[in-house]
Order: sequence, then structure tokens, then C-alpha cells
Amino acid sequence: MINAPAILLTVHLGIKSLLLHKLRTALTMLGIIFGVCSVIAMLAIGEGASYAAQQRIKALGSNNIIINSVKPDEDSVVGSRGRSRVSEYGLTYSDAGRLQTTLSGLQYILPMRIIRESVRFNRFNVPSQIIGTHPSYKQITGLELVRGRFLTQNDEIHIDNVCAMTISLAGQLFPFQDPLDEEVRVGTGYYRVVGLVREKSSIDKRPGAGAADSGKALDNNLYIPLSCARSRFGETLFRRSAGSFEAERVQLHRIILQMVDTDAIEPAERDIEAMLRHFHGKKDYEIIVPLQLLREAEETKRTFNVVLGSIAAISLLVGGIGIMNIMLATVTERTREIGVRRALGARKKDIITQFLVETVVLSLGGGVIGVAVGVLVPLLVSHFAKMPTIVTLWSLALSFGISGLTGIIFGLYPASRAANLSPIEALRHE
Amino acid sequence: MSSSPIIRLEGLEKTYDLGAIKVQALRGVSLDIEAGSYVAIMGPSGSGKSTMLNLLGCLDRPSAGAYYLGGEDVSKMDDDQLSAVRGKHLGFIFQSYNLIDQLSVIENIHVPLFYQGRDMNECFDHCVKLAELVGLGHRLHHRPKELSGGQQQRVAIARSLVNDPLMILADEPTGNLDSATGTEILNLLDKLNAEGKTIVLVTHGEEVAERAHRVLHMKDGAIDHEIHQRTLQHVVEELEHDSVEEPPAP
Repeated sequence: MINAPAILLTVHLGIKSLLLHKLRTALTMLGIIFGVCSVIAMLAIGEGASYAAQQRIKALGSNNIIINSVKPDEDSVVGSRGRSRVSEYGLTYSDAGRLQTTLSGLQYILPMRIIRESVRFNRFNVPSQIIGTHPSYKQITGLELVRGRFLTQNDEIHIDNVCAMTISLAGQLFPFQDPLDEEVRVGTGYYRVVGLVREKSSIDKRPGAGAADSGKALDNNLYIPLSCARSRFGETLFRRSAGSFEAERVQLHRIILQMVDTDAIEPAERDIEAMLRHFHGKKDYEIIVPLQLLREAEETKRTFNVVLGSIAAISLLVGGIGIMNIMLATVTERTREIGVRRALGARKKDIITQFLVETVVLSLGGGVIGVAVGVLVPLLVSHFAKMPTIVTLWSLALSFGISGLTGIIFGLYPASRAANLSPIEALRHE
Repeated sequence: MSSSPIIRLEGLEKTYDLGAIKVQALRGVSLDIEAGSYVAIMGPSGSGKSTMLNLLGCLDRPSAGAYYLGGEDVSKMDDDQLSAVRGKHLGFIFQSYNLIDQLSVIENIHVPLFYQGRDMNECFDHCVKLAELVGLGHRLHHRPKELSGGQQQRVAIARSLVNDPLMILADEPTGNLDSATGTEILNLLDKLNAEGKTIVLVTHGEEVAERAHRVLHMKDGAIDHEIHQRTLQHVVEELEHDSVEEPPAP
């Protein structure tokens, strides 16, 4: 008759038996502890990484399509006709015009010129990204206005020399004074600062670019009207690199298209692809669809989870085998006790229960410690490796449940072996 | 002092199948044991007395014949039923005490009741009383390892009494003890028998068997001869009651 208090008593008894060999019990638990701990830690790190990636992608806007100009391989450059190497490639104003007039389901179109240039103020000189763009940049990328105003349609029409900058850039250029209404120098022109903004997410911080190095420099953005960028910088940009001298002619570096809804994205992507292929002799553009990236990230996460699951399964298997090994030794060692219990009226069932309870106590004990350590490890990883980690409740429940299950599965064989000993043989065992 | 037999064996046989050969350990033993009697089983190694003890203790099933324990045929019972019979009706005392190391004295005494589904709270007083009966009321929470051999055997005796058994089976209860302690244990058994407990004891020692009313000598798997002894207790009874009963055979 196994009722609730009897089970409690059996558990109590099991703990007593396990405490009889403290070192052995602790070593046996280690397998389960490491198993459970690694499952939780790995899931937390994986979850954190994929969460960060998804956040970054979502910040690009799930309704958006991004087209970037890409410099084609040197070999395929056609435009260099003997003149000093001026490479001409990329998206054009006419591309933007064609997209605006022909694409169905288009809500906003945002052309951008992106120029790498130093921004100077007094003796400060900060390498930055100069982004020539339209006022709608603020809405489409979710730019946060901190002070002042962003660029306006008037600035665009009047080709005004005004700019907005990110607060990180402002912090470096103006450590001691208010940047608003000051004039900064970029190249040969001067621009009046009208606003300070904070980027929600830079497009260049795509997943795969590496979380660490994409940091500070890319946040040094200076925004000027597109008309300004066109007239002040011209079409040809010069770049000096390691003694050589390179010029490239690019009209637009990037076009962001915001669609009315996500359903419009796939057909639009096909149309854009067809259109660009028709007007561009070479593949000098790339189309990025954040929604697809998001799906890919989810797919990656699924794969990652399967891999983690396999590792977890293996480590728990190893832990379980450790438990089984020890329990078999314990059964042999306690053969006499089993015989005595049988003689005193224990049924096979009672013996099975007794040993099963011991293995389950062992594995659940390991599970509890494993969960505790498993929660600690991601904290340490977050702290020292600066990686985001998320410990989900279901991963705790899962690993804890699996540890209990491991105890039952690997405890069954030793327990049944104990129960099936003949009481006479068991009593005679020395 | 006659009453209904608490144990009746009818043509009990046990054959061990060792593959190539079959060994007949018991060849048709028939025997009645009255309630309240004190029986010793003696015999050389291989005479079948261990087999006899195993069968009497319901630890094994006979190959043929019937075994009635308290009027119930236990020879055809399955494993679980036999466990229940052992737990309810039998008390065991072993040569090497066989206490459970990780349990305290009181918990060891309680074990047979545990398997009857009776928890400690319910029968604590009963267990304490038995510990006191065997003179260990002050050692309730000691572990077996902390007790002397004689004390451990006393715990085993208390344990064998806890389920108020029909019969106590003792297998060489004094085999591991020095003679003084052995005598104490035997005195305790005498006392229990005097209180009405049925005791069946397997032993090699003549002086141990002397205490029993009946001594069964086994040989080659059968009871070779049986001796009824006049014990001091019988003499006292006869004197007190001026008994007209036929005295046991000398």
C-alpha cells in the first residue's frame, strides 16, 4: 500500500541512504548538474543572441525594403575608360524616380547619400557618416528627436546648409558647449546645427556584422538635406587610401522603400529586382528585406535550438548513465538490505519504489543545483562577455523536467534488478 | 496444552533444478506445529534444514505438498501474496541480525509495519513498548552500528514481534554472539515463548536446542527423528496443575 505519507517516508529514507555516501552522491549528481546547467546556459545565450538580432532587424522596419549601392568587383568595372580610376556605379536619381512612380503598394520612398567625411568644430575632428536625405527619414527609421528639430522640406527646397547630428557625435564635437546654432565644417562647407537625434538602429548594424565592432563610429551621423549633399559634394567622391587615390561616382547610396503592409513586400521585391536588372548593366546594388532577414533569423534560431537540444540530450544521457552505474553498484552493495526488506514483507513493487525514489531524488537534486548554477552562468556571461542572455522560464522547467525523467528512466533498470533478486539469495549475500 | 496446529506441512517437497542434475532438498516432510510451542530444527549441512527454514518462512515455494499457515494454504501463493504473509504473520531473527544500517533502532523495529502501510506516528508507542521489552528503551535513536552484537539482536527480536506474528523464525540467533550474550538472547526467547509466542529455531548448538520443547533432527531432506523435551517450564506447569496429562516423551 503506497499512499502519500508512505511516499514521503520513502523519500526521506532515500535521502538518508544517499547521505550515507555523501561524496559518491555528490559526484553522481555532478553529471546531472552539468547537463541541466549547460542546457539552461546555452538556451539563455542563444535566446539572448537571437533576441538581439531580431530587435535589430525589427528596427529596420518590417514593412521596409532597403536597396544599397554596392561597388562591383574591379574586373567588371566598365566605366574606367583610361581616365584615372573613377568607378561609376550604384543607384541613380532616376531609379528613385522610377520606383516612386511605378511601384505599387509604396508608401514612402527615401533616397540617401552617405558620405564618409570628417566633421570639424574648432580643434575637434571626428570621422563621421554624412547622410544626405529627406525629412521623412525621421519617420521611416524611427529616429528619436532629442533637441531642436530635424530637417524640413524647406531646408530641402532651399538647399540650406543645416544639419542634425546624433548625440554621440555632438558629445565628441561639443564637449563644453551647446551645439545648437553652432556651425560645423564638413569638407569645404559649413552647416548650422538645428537638431540632436538618437538613432534607433543603424542599418549598417545588421546581424552578422558583429555586435562589437559596429559600435561607436557608425553612430556618428550627421544629417543634411539631400539637395545639399548633391550640390555641395558633387557626384564624384574622392577617397585617399594608403597613398593611392580613388574616385567614385555614386548618385545615391541607399534607397529605403516603405510599403503599406507586409503583404506588399514580396511582389514589390520582385518588381524592383526586375526593374534594376533592366537599367543596370552590372549588379551594383543589393536588396535587403528585413522581413526575410527576420524569417531567416527565426529559422537559424530553430536550427540552433535543435543543436542545443542534441547537446543537452547527450549531456543528460551521460549524466543518466552515471546515475545508472552508481545505482547498480548500490544495488549490489545493498543486496542484503533488499533481502531483509523482502523477508519483512516488502513486495517487489516496494523495492522498485524505494530505489526509483532514490534515483529521482538524486537527479532532481542535481536538477535543482543545475538550475541554480544554470541561472548564474548566463549572468556571468552577460557581465564578462557583454553578450545579451535571456533565461526563459520554459527552459528551466524543461531542463528540470528532463532531469527528473532521466532519473526515472535510468533508475528503472537498477530498481527492477533489485526487486527481482530472490529474497533467499539476497539474504545469503555477504 | 493442545490447540489447533498453527503450522501443518503435508508431504512437503522441494527440488532444485540445477540444469544437468536435480537436487531433492526435501523429500516429503509432514509436520504439525502447535501454537505456543518452541521447536528447534537440527541437522548437519545438506540435511535440508535451510530449505525447510526458507519454506516455513514463505521465502520460497515448495515443489510439491501443502503448507498451511494459520489454516491458510500458502504453498500456491504468488510473490506479492507471500510478501503479505511474511509481513503479517511471520517474524524473522537472523544470525547476523540484519538490521538496516541507515535506520535508527525505533525505525528498524517499525519496518515490517511500514510495508503494511502503517506509518510511524500511528504505531510509535507500540514500537517503543517493544524496544523497552527487549531492554533498549534508552537507545531508540541510535544506529545499529552504535550498538553491541547482543543489543542488535535484541532490536531484531523486537522487530520480529512488531507485527504480532503467528510464528517467530530464528536462524542461528546466537551464532555470532559470545556465550554470555547468547544466553541472554535465549532467555529472552524463553520469556517470549512463555508469553505464548510460537518459536521455530534452526541451530547447530545442542545447548541452544535444549531450550525447545521439540527438537527435529533432519537428515537427507527428511525428519529423521524427533525428541520431545521436558523443559523446566513443563515441570513447573506439571507441579502447579498436578497435571494428569501424559508427560512428553523423555
